[in-house]
Amino acid sequence: MATDPTISNLRLGRRDLFRYAGMGAGIATLAACGVSGEGKTQPTGTALKKQTTSFWDGKKKTGEVNWAQWPLYIDVGKSKGDHPSIDQFTAKTGIKVHYNEVIQDDDTFFAKVQPSLSAGQYSGYDVAVITNGIDFTRFLELDLFVPLEHSLMPNFEKYAGATYKTAAYDPGNVYSVPWQSGITGIAYNTKKVQKPLTSFFDLWDPALKGKVGMFADNEDLPNPMLVAMFGDPAKTGPTQWKAAAKKLNQQRTSGIVRKYYQQDYINALSTGDVWACQAWSGDIFQALESGATDLAFAIPSEGGVLWTDNMVLLKNIKNPVSSMMLIDWFYQPKIAAEVAEYVNYITPVPAAKPIVARDAAAASGSNKKTLQQIATSPLVFPTAADYSKLYRYRTLTNSELTTWNEIFEPVYQS
Amino acid sequence: MIGRLRSAGAPYFAILPGGLWLAIFFVLPLFVMVSLSVQTGNLITGFQQTFHFANYSHVLSTYNKQLVRSLEYGAIATVLCVVLAYPMAYWIAFFGGRNKSTYLFLVLLPFFVTFVLRTVAWQFLLGDQGLVLGWLKSAGIVGQNFHVLATGAAVIAGLVYNYLPFMLLPIYVSLERIDPNLLEAAGDLYATRRQTFLRIVFPLTIPGIFAGVLLTFVPVVSDYVNASILGGTGQTMIGNIIQTLYLTNSDYPNASALSIVLMAILMIGIFVYARALGTRDLLDAAAG
Repeated sequence: MATDPTISNLRLGRRDLFRYAGMGAGIATLAACGVSGEGKTQPTGTALKKQTTSFWDGKKKTGEVNWAQWPLYIDVGKSKGDHPSIDQFTAKTGIKVHYNEVIQDDDTFFAKVQPSLSAGQYSGYDVAVITNGIDFTRFLELDLFVPLEHSLMPNFEKYAGATYKTAAYDPGNVYSVPWQSGITGIAYNTKKVQKPLTSFFDLWDPALKGKVGMFADNEDLPNPMLVAMFGDPAKTGPTQWKAAAKKLNQQRTSGIVRKYYQQDYINALSTGDVWACQAWSGDIFQALESGATDLAFAIPSEGGVLWTDNMVLLKNIKNPVSSMMLIDWFYQPKIAAEVAEYVNYITPVPAAKPIVARDAAAASGSNKKTLQQIATSPLVFPTAADYSKLYRYRTLTNSELTTWNEIFEPVYQS
Repeated sequence: MIGRLRSAGAPYFAILPGGLWLAIFFVLPLFVMVSLSVQTGNLITGFQQTFHFANYSHVLSTYNKQLVRSLEYGAIATVLCVVLAYPMAYWIAFFGGRNKSTYLFLVLLPFFVTFVLRTVAWQFLLGDQGLVLGWLKSAGIVGQNFHVLATGAAVIAGLVYNYLPFMLLPIYVSLERIDPNLLEAAGDLYATRRQTFLRIVFPLTIPGIFAGVLLTFVPVVSDYVNASILGGTGQTMIGNIIQTLYLTNSDYPNASALSIVLMAILMIGIFVYARALGTRDLLDAAAG
């Protein structure tokens, strides 16, 4: 989701290559151990509490942490591979962080680590960053996350924004805390579209025939449609899903959709191949910041979708306590601000905003302008009014998922 | 004695590394795939062997459109490849002179750039206001709404471009092997150039074309990159579907069933094609 936006065009390919690599690895594992008997459901209530206590009991700080992360998703220092926020952590705690930009998309990462996690082996990573959604739920259903020890996260308790403590995909942050978030909304080319787009249904305007881009994604295509038609996707079922798919099919068959994009829509939008499309807030913000002048982003008046990439601890972890320290490190407003200034997605720490504003005041030249934009942009620090219009992906159990995919995949895989 | 044994066993030792490689990385996964294709279940509860052959009818009825489309795109792209590659190979083989290897190198040059990057470059070239169309549009040669990207034609063109060398090289090799004395003899016997080509050159290159068609058609049918980068709505190919079934849906049984269907269709196609051209040509092609 929040992959590297600056080379948006290369991403599809890289992502696909990784997918094939993952496929090969997957098949090899299947050959080795078959696929039966993965079923191990996650505990709840007192069982969970007991499990959490017994897991964390007697765990000690260790000298390193292995972190699996998406590309270009953290601050970068003078040289590539140098991340000041991590360096400060190492200087302060003595814990060495192996930062691996190995996650190209959730599906592939899941396919890559699931076999070894299910087999009771260390995946090579202690901390990973997983988007809320289908794969996150799969990890949960297979019980592949370690419950977090909240007593080790004082900064999270103190500084995390309210929205991020009540997410329905992981109530009470039992297994996850947010890394960064983004909004799925609509974007348009202001040179081609004179009237600002405000409604999701503006993407059905016959005047845009052949010039609309939609997402080829089983979450970011259906969920915004459900929001536009029915409000909160959490309250929808197969009847509403079918109605939403019908509306989306009608958009395609009437020739309005040019293409269903995976991640490569920004280029099409800026060159005018598409005039309006579904878009991720961070991509548009970064395009604007790097000089694009004729792009605009809107959260549809009916509402948009807020997705969150979450830090989680993977099962069979080797460095649990150090991992908790690392996670909590990023909830210090100063550190959160450093990351926000670089990645431009939505930080879960609202207190970072005044720090970015202060840095902007102290900076000079083009840097100052950029920092000011970040500090004031609703795409990086959404207002309360913005948040009230944002909904979460429909959480899908494995049995619902089959129905969901059967309904929505034919829309974009025609 | 030992020496004799060794010499008798030598050919088998020679195929051992390759054979083992294929056994582990092809035969074994294939076996797993066949077994998976008739299982039921899901990732969370696990997959059970139930000999559920209905998976096959399910994928055939659900994805027949994309299957037929892939075969159609594959056939068109392969024919276009022959039409484009033959004259090129002919020219290089007979008129390339001392620079033959340079020309061949030029043909292969695009391969030094990643497959995906080459295809993405086409996105820039063929964009609605891109290098080619932008110019044609401002000259008024094509209408403002004309576009190449996001059409079936763009996908086929991308396929032809990406797989052309696989067609050209075998044809070139078969042309190159033709003894010039044959052509001279034909001339001495008053054959016209047309007759020489149709009755001598072309028949001698059929094994090359055969090999080229095999090397092109099979990967083109299962290609998924061109469809996702250059295609629009209604250009989904079977490779894209298999990818989604496997990675997004974790629906291993149906993904396996669909892969096997595709493989079976390709194998039957190749078998019929080989029979039509005669097995001798097939062996020649393999040796070619």
